[in-house]
Amino acid sequence: MSPLQAWQLCAVFGSASLLSVGGGNAIIPQLQRETVLDHHWLTAAQFADSFAIAQVAPGPSSLLVTLLGYRAAGLAGALLATVAIILPAAILVWVVACLWLRTGHARWHTVLERGLAPVAVGLVAASGIVIATSVDHTALHWAVSAAAAAVLGATRVNPLFVVLAGGAVGLWAG
Amino acid sequence: MNDAPSLWTLARAFNRIALASFGGGLSAWSREVIVAERGWMTEEEFLSASTICRILPGANQVYMAVFVGTRLHGAAGAVAAVAGLIAFSMVLILLAGALYLRYRHVPALQHALAGMAAAAVGLTLSVAWHQGRRVLRSPAAALLAVLSLVMAAGWRTPLWLTLLLLGPVGFWWAWRQEASR
Repeated sequence: MSPLQAWQLCAVFGSASLLSVGGGNAIIPQLQRETVLDHHWLTAAQFADSFAIAQVAPGPSSLLVTLLGYRAAGLAGALLATVAIILPAAILVWVVACLWLRTGHARWHTVLERGLAPVAVGLVAASGIVIATSVDHTALHWAVSAAAAAVLGATRVNPLFVVLAGGAVGLWAG
Repeated sequence: MNDAPSLWTLARAFNRIALASFGGGLSAWSREVIVAERGWMTEEEFLSASTICRILPGANQVYMAVFVGTRLHGAAGAVAAVAGLIAFSMVLILLAGALYLRYRHVPALQHALAGMAAAAVGLTLSVAWHQGRRVLRSPAAALLAVLSLVMAAGWRTPLWLTLLLLGPVGFWWAWRQEASR
C-alpha cells in the first residue's frame, strides 16, 4: 500500500464516518460511488456482493468497509478502512456520552430519559418492520418473524436457537 | 461504580453480541446482553442511550459499544467494548467474504440466510415488546410509542423530524408525571 493509497483510504472512509445521518445504510450510495467509480478499487458487482456479506455476517454491518478496504489494499487496507470509519464517530459519541452521563442526577435528565423511552420503543418496533419490508420478505418470512417474536416475547429461550430455527425453516421451505 | 465489570469482561460481552448477531439484529442482541443478561443498564438508561446513538450521525451500530463502555469504564471501557465488538467480526467477515464468493450460487445457502434474517426481525420485534411492557404503562406512553412507530415505519418520516415533534411531547408528559407524584 503506497502512502497515497493509505491517504485515499483514510479520506474516503474517514469522511464517510460522520456522513450517515439516520442509519448505517445511508452512506452506501456514497461509498459505492467513491470506491467503484472514483478509485476503481472494486467492480460494482463486487460491491453488491460485499454489501450482502456484511448484512448477514456477524457484527456491525459497517464492517462492509473491511471488505472494501481488503479489495483496495489487502489486509492492511482492511484494517485501515475499519479504523478510519469507526474512529471519528467513536470520538464524537464518547464526548456526547460523557456529557450525558455527567448530568445523570439532574431532574431534566431523568425526565428526558422517561419522556423519550416510549418514542424509542416505537422506533425499535419500526426498525424491525422497515428491515422486513426493505428486503424480499415473503409470507413465509413474515410467519417466521411473527413466530420468532412470539416465542422470544413469551419465553426466556436463547435467541440464537430461534435464529438458527429460522434458518432451518428457510432451508426446509426453500 | 464498584461492581463495574473488568475491561476483559466488557470486551467479551461485546464479542458475544457481535457473534450472536449473524443474520442481523445487532441492537436487539445488545439489549439482550446488556440489560436482560448482565443488568449493566436499566431499561430506561438503555433506551435513552440508544436514542442518543440514533440521533448522532455515523456508524450507529458501534455507538452503543462506545456508550456502554464509557458508562461502565470511561474511555478505556469504550475502547475495550469497540474492540470486542469488531476484532473477531473483522476476521469472520473476511472469511465469510471468501466463502460467500465461492458458494453464493447455492440456493440452499440463500434460503437459510433469508430464514435467519426473518427470525432476526422477530427478535427485534420481541425486544420492542419486552421494552414496551416496562415502559408503556399509561395510555399516553402507549400513544407516543404508536405515533413514533407509524411515523418511522408507515410514513417514513425522517428521524430528526420524528424526534423534533414527539420529543417535546414526551418531555412535557414525563415532566407533568414527575410533578404530580
